[in-house]
Amino acid sequence: MTKNVNITINGQQLTVPEDTTILDAARQIGIDIPTLCHLKDTNEIGVCRVCVVEVKGARNLIPSCITKVTEGMEILTNSPKAREAREMVMNLILATHPKDCLTCDRNSDCELRTLAEKMGIRKVDFGAPVKDLPLDDSNPSIIRDQSKCILCRRCVSVCNEVQKVSAISMINRGISTTVGTAFDKGLEDSPCVFCGQCVNVCPTGALTERFQLREVWEALHDPEKHVVIQTAPAIRVSLGEELGEEPGTIVTGKMVGALRKVGFDKVFDTDFTADLTIMEEGHEFLECLNGNGKLPLLTSCSPGWINYVETFYPEFLDNVSSCKSPQQMFGAVIKTYYAKKFNIDPATIFTVSAMPCTAKKYEANRPEMNSSGYQDVDAVLTTRELGMLIKEAGIDWANVEESQFDEPFGEGTGAGVIFGSSGGVMEAALRTLSEVVTGKELESLDFKDVRGLDGIKEAELTLGGQKLKVAVVNGLGNAKKVMEGLKAKELDYHFVEIMACPGGCIGGGGQPRLSTPEVKQKRMEAIYRADLGLPRRKSHENPAVQELYKEFLEKPLGEKSHHLLHTGYTPKEK
Amino acid sequence: MQIYRGHVLVCAGTGCVASGSRNVQAEMEKQLEAFNLDKEIKLVETGCHGFCEMGPIVIVYPEGIFYCRVQPEDVKEIVEEHLLKGRPVKRLLFKNQITEEMVPHYKDIDFYKKQNRIVLGNCGFINPENIKEYIARDGYEALAKALTQMTPEQVIEEIKAAGLRGRGGGGFPTGLKWEFARKAPGDKKYVICNADEGDPGAFMDRSILEGDPHALIEGMAIAAYAIGSDEGYIYVRAEYPLAIKRLKIAIAQAHELGLLGEDIFGSGFNFKLNIKEGAGAFVCGEETALIASIEGRRGEPRVRPPFPANKGLWGKPSNVNNVETFANVPRIIARGSQWFASMGTEKSKGTKVFALTGKVKNTGLAEVTMGITLREIIYDIGGGIIDDKKYKAVQIGGPSGGCIPEELLDLPIDYDSLISAGAMMGSGGLVVMDEDTCMVELARFFLNFTQMESCGKCTPCREGTKIMLDILERITKGEGKEGDIELLQSLAETIKSTSLCGLGQTAPNPVLSTLRYFRDEYEAHIKDKRCPAGACTALASYRILEDKCIGCTSCARVCPAKAISGEVKKPHKIDPAKCIKCGACIETCKFNAIVKQ
Amino acid sequence: MAIKSPEDLKKIKDEALEEATARINDGTQIMVGMGTCGIAAGAREVMAAIMEEVGKRNLKIAISWTGCIGMCEQEVLVDVIRPGEKRITYGKVTPQVVPRIITEHVINGNIVEDYVVGKLD
Repeated sequence: MTKNVNITINGQQLTVPEDTTILDAARQIGIDIPTLCHLKDTNEIGVCRVCVVEVKGARNLIPSCITKVTEGMEILTNSPKAREAREMVMNLILATHPKDCLTCDRNSDCELRTLAEKMGIRKVDFGAPVKDLPLDDSNPSIIRDQSKCILCRRCVSVCNEVQKVSAISMINRGISTTVGTAFDKGLEDSPCVFCGQCVNVCPTGALTERFQLREVWEALHDPEKHVVIQTAPAIRVSLGEELGEEPGTIVTGKMVGALRKVGFDKVFDTDFTADLTIMEEGHEFLECLNGNGKLPLLTSCSPGWINYVETFYPEFLDNVSSCKSPQQMFGAVIKTYYAKKFNIDPATIFTVSAMPCTAKKYEANRPEMNSSGYQDVDAVLTTRELGMLIKEAGIDWANVEESQFDEPFGEGTGAGVIFGSSGGVMEAALRTLSEVVTGKELESLDFKDVRGLDGIKEAELTLGGQKLKVAVVNGLGNAKKVMEGLKAKELDYHFVEIMACPGGCIGGGGQPRLSTPEVKQKRMEAIYRADLGLPRRKSHENPAVQELYKEFLEKPLGEKSHHLLHTGYTPKEK
Repeated sequence: MQIYRGHVLVCAGTGCVASGSRNVQAEMEKQLEAFNLDKEIKLVETGCHGFCEMGPIVIVYPEGIFYCRVQPEDVKEIVEEHLLKGRPVKRLLFKNQITEEMVPHYKDIDFYKKQNRIVLGNCGFINPENIKEYIARDGYEALAKALTQMTPEQVIEEIKAAGLRGRGGGGFPTGLKWEFARKAPGDKKYVICNADEGDPGAFMDRSILEGDPHALIEGMAIAAYAIGSDEGYIYVRAEYPLAIKRLKIAIAQAHELGLLGEDIFGSGFNFKLNIKEGAGAFVCGEETALIASIEGRRGEPRVRPPFPANKGLWGKPSNVNNVETFANVPRIIARGSQWFASMGTEKSKGTKVFALTGKVKNTGLAEVTMGITLREIIYDIGGGIIDDKKYKAVQIGGPSGGCIPEELLDLPIDYDSLISAGAMMGSGGLVVMDEDTCMVELARFFLNFTQMESCGKCTPCREGTKIMLDILERITKGEGKEGDIELLQSLAETIKSTSLCGLGQTAPNPVLSTLRYFRDEYEAHIKDKRCPAGACTALASYRILEDKCIGCTSCARVCPAKAISGEVKKPHKIDPAKCIKCGACIETCKFNAIVKQ
Repeated sequence: MAIKSPEDLKKIKDEALEEATARINDGTQIMVGMGTCGIAAGAREVMAAIMEEVGKRNLKIAISWTGCIGMCEQEVLVDVIRPGEKRITYGKVTPQVVPRIITEHVINGNIVEDYVVGKLD
C-alpha cells in the first residue's frame, strides 16, 4: 500500500503517492518540465540533465524525471537558477550538434529542435567544433549518424533491456563517448536484427531508416515502369498520425486515394497475401500435426524475428515455417501471376511495399528473395516514409477523395487485417484451421485470449479432438524467454506466433514516433475495429485467394507454392 | 628462546623501493652475516614511513636511530660502526633543514614530532607481511572485543559517538552510514573498501595498504559485523601492484589464523574478503561507478537515490568506505570513542593523513590531529618552501578541491572550514605552490585531468568540462578573450549544480577557487597577455639586455629557430616572431644578458 | 593453529612480543659498551650472555649498545636504566656476573653494588 505525501510545486500544494516522480507530479497540475532523454518505462536514467529543477534544501539541482517526491518537498520548476541551468545544458548539447537542420531528415519531428524552440534558445555560442563522426550505412535498413547523437541512451536501453539483442552499447569514455557496436563495426557486422526499435525512439536524426523515396520517385517518373504498391495491415491505422490525424484513426480509403494521386499504377492490399499466408501456413501446420514437420511451428512473417532466430537460435530453424512473409509472397505473385494475367513484362514492374517495419528493407534485399526471376520487392517504404511521400506529392490530405484498392489483389479479409497486431496471425490461422479441420462454421470468430499488448500470451484449444497449446509472443526480449524455455524443454507448444516488435507490427520500427503504450493501444483497437468492419473475416473465404489457387497455384503447399511462396533460412555467424 | 638485541628496519614501501631499498636490504643481509651479527640483529622489512623524500630509510631499534638516503655502499659502515661498535654513522643521519642540526632519533625529527600517527602508527614500524607483528601491536583485539563483548548496534553507537567522518573526501558521518546499511532490509549485505585512490599525488591509502594492511582488514570485519554482512570487497586500483600483493598475503595469513572465514573468535560471525582490481578509471572512485565496475559493467555512476546502503552491489545493501576510514575503526573500538573524540575540532574528530607534495622541503605523508593549521603543516612538518621561496598557495583536495592563499594559512584543518574557504578536505592531497607557479595553469592542469577522466554519461560534465578546458588552454596560450572569465564562471556553476556525480560536481572547483583568490592572474593573461608567475611559456618573452650583451654570438649560434641577429661585438636582438621559447640562449649566455619575462 | 577465542589471540600476541622486544618493550634498557675497547674486553660475550638471560626469562626489555663511553679501564661497561630510575653503570662485567645483574637489579630493582662504577641521573 503506497502512502501519499504532501508536496509543493511552484507554491501549489498537492498530495501524490510517494513513488511519483517530480516530473509526473508536476504534469498532474499542468506544469510541464522539459525532458529529452526520458522515455517512460524504457529509458529512465537521468543523463541529459535538461529536466533539472530547484528543490529547497538540496545542494544541487535535481533531475525531475527520475527523482521521487518525499514528504514536504518544496519544488521550484522555473526559478532563475533552474531555468539558467537548463538553458546552459541545452546549449552544451547544441554546441557540438551538426547545424544542417534545413536539410536534415528529422527536421519535422526532431525532439532536440522542438525542445530548443520550446525553451526559447536563441543563441548557441561556445565556438566548439561540431561532432564529425563517420556514418554507418552498412546495411539496407538502418542508417546511423553518430554526429547527431546526443547520447540520450534510449537506443541502447531498447536494444539491451527490451529487445535483449544487445547489438549496440556505449563505447569509449568522456568526450569521445558514442553509441557503437562491438569493435565499432557497422550494424551489418553486428548481431543487429534491424527491428528498428532504436530508430523509433531516437530523438534526433542520429538513427533513421534508409530512405528509399528517391528510388520510388524515379520509378514513378519512369514511363517504362509499371509501379505497384502494397500496403501492410498496420499502415491503415497508423498513417494518419503522420498527417495530423489522431492515433487509431482508420484511414484506408484516404490512403488509397492519396496513393493514386501520387501516381502508382496500382494500389494493392497486403491483406490479400496475409490471407494467402494463412492458407499456406495453416496447411503447413496441419502437416506438422500429422508428423510431417517439427513442432512447435514458429511463424515467419516478421523479418526481425527471422534475423533473430538465424543469429541466436539457429538450432530452431527447422521449426520456423517455410512460408515467406506476406510482403515477399506479394512480390513473387506480382511478377509472375499478375504479370502474365495482365500481359505486363515483369522486367518493367517495380514493386513497392509500405510497411511499419525497417527489417523489411533488409528482407526485400535477401539474395534468395527472387523466386519470380527478378528481385521480388524493389523498394520498401516505412509508414514515416509514406507520410513524407504523400506530403512531397503535394496532396491535401484533409480533403483527399477516398478510394478502393485495385483488383485483383485489393481484397483482404478481417483475418488478414489483424496481422498488424500481436496475436493476429495466430487468430487468423485459428479461424481457418478450425473450419478446415472440423468442417463446421465457427460460432465466434474472436479468439480474445491471444489479443492484447502483453509480451507472452498462451492459450489452449481443441482442434478436431486434439488439444493444442499455442503461444503468442511480441518483443524479442520475450522471444528470448520463450526460446530459452523451448531449448530447456520446459515449454511445450504446438504453434507459436513471434513478432520482433513490442505489440506486433503496430509497434514496428518504421511506425510514427513515439509508439507509446497508449498510442499502440489505440492502433490495436483500430485494427480489431477494421476486422469487424470487413464483410469477410476468414482467410479461406477470400475469393481472390481462391481464384489464385484455381488459376495458378493449384493447391496450398503445391509445387508452384513451394517455388514462389516458400523459402529457407541460414544461420548467421555474428 | 632466541631473541635479538637489535632490529634493523629497512623501508620497503613503493617510494623507497623505487629509490633502491631492495638493494640496501640485500646488502644488509650480506653484511650482517659477514660480521657474524645475524643472530643478534634482526632485519625487518617494513611499509612506508611516509617520509619518502628521505628514502631509502633505515631505522635501528631499540633507540630508533633514523638513517636517510641509505645506499648499498653505506651498509657496511652502518653494520660495522653502529651495529657492532655502537657508533651511529653521523653523515647518514637526518639534518633539520632550518637549524642544520643532526637529529638522530626518529621521534625527535620535526616531520614526525608534530604528527599524531594513529592510523599510520604501524607503518614503517612493523613488517606488513607478518601478521604476528600486527598482533604484537594489539592487532585484532578490537575485532575480538566487538565480536565477543558488543552487539552490532553498540559498535555502530561507538563509531557514531567517536564522530568519525569519511576520509575519502565526502566527510559523511561513518556511524550514520553504517546505520543506514544495518537498517536496510535484506539478508545479504556487502562491505566495500574504496581503495581506488585516484587523486594525482595522493598516496595515503597506498601507504596504509602497503604498510599496515591488517588495519584495513580488521576495520572491514568490524564494519561487516556492525551492518550484518558476511562478505566484503576491496576495490584496489591496478596501479598499486605492491599493495595488492601485500593485501593478498595479509588476507591469506588472516584466514590461516581463523581471523577471516567462518566462526571468527567462536562468535558465529563469518566474513570473507575479495580483492577486485580497478582498470584505470578515476571515476571508479565514485561509489556507484565502483560498484558497477565490480559487477563487470561499464564503470559509470548512476543516479541516487537509491543509495548503495539500500541498493548497492548486485542490488544488495552495501556500505562503501575509504581505506583510511576503515583503518581508524579498530583503534576506536579498542581505545574507545571518547579517546577519539578528544582529538580534533568540534565537528571534525580524530586525525587525517595528508600527502604533502609540491614545493615543500619535506615531502611525504603526515598524519595530524584535525584542527592543526595549514601553516604548521607546511612550515613545521614540511620544513617550509624549497629554496626558501615565497609561499603562494596550497591546493587541497586534488582535482576536486581548491587553493588556499597566504592570508588563510592559519585556517584550522577541518571539513567545514575548508569548504567555506572554497576548498575541501578531499582525500588529503596537499600540493604546495610557490611564487613561480601559475595559478591559471594549475587550474588548467586539474581540469585537464577531470575532463579526461569524465565518464561521459551526463551532458554538463562531458561537454561542459571540455569547453571550460578549451577556454583555459586558450588563456594560457595568450589567446584569452574578454568575457572568458564570466563564461568560465557561469559554466562552472551550471556544471557544479547539474552534474550527475561528484566528479562533475567538483571538477570546476580548482577554476572557481583560483578565480576567487587569484583573479588578477587570469586578467593579466587575458588583457596583458602576460603570465605574472613567468610559467606559461607561450606568454613568456625572451629579451637580450643591451647593456650586458657583448656580442659574442654564442646565443645566435645555438638558436634552433635562427631568431637571434646581430653583428660581432655588437648587442644582439631576438626576433619575437621567430622565437620558439626553448630557452637554449639563456642557458648558453655566460654574461646573464638574456632574460625571460 | 587457528584462533578460536580472545585467549588464543593473546597467546599469539605474547609469542610475537617476545620476538619484538627491540621495538616493543616496557622501557627498561640494558646498554652494553661495544666500542673497539669494549669488544676487545669481551663485550660481545657479555652481550651474548645478556641476550640469553633475557630470552630465558622472557623479559620485555630493550637491549642496546653504544660506542666508547670513555671509561675504557672499566670495560666491559653495562648500563641499566629502569623507567623512572637513575641510570646505573656497571664496570668490569663478565658473562658470569650477568645473571646477577638481571635477576637482582633488572627484575627486582636491587642494585648490585659491588660492580657499580657510576650513577647518572
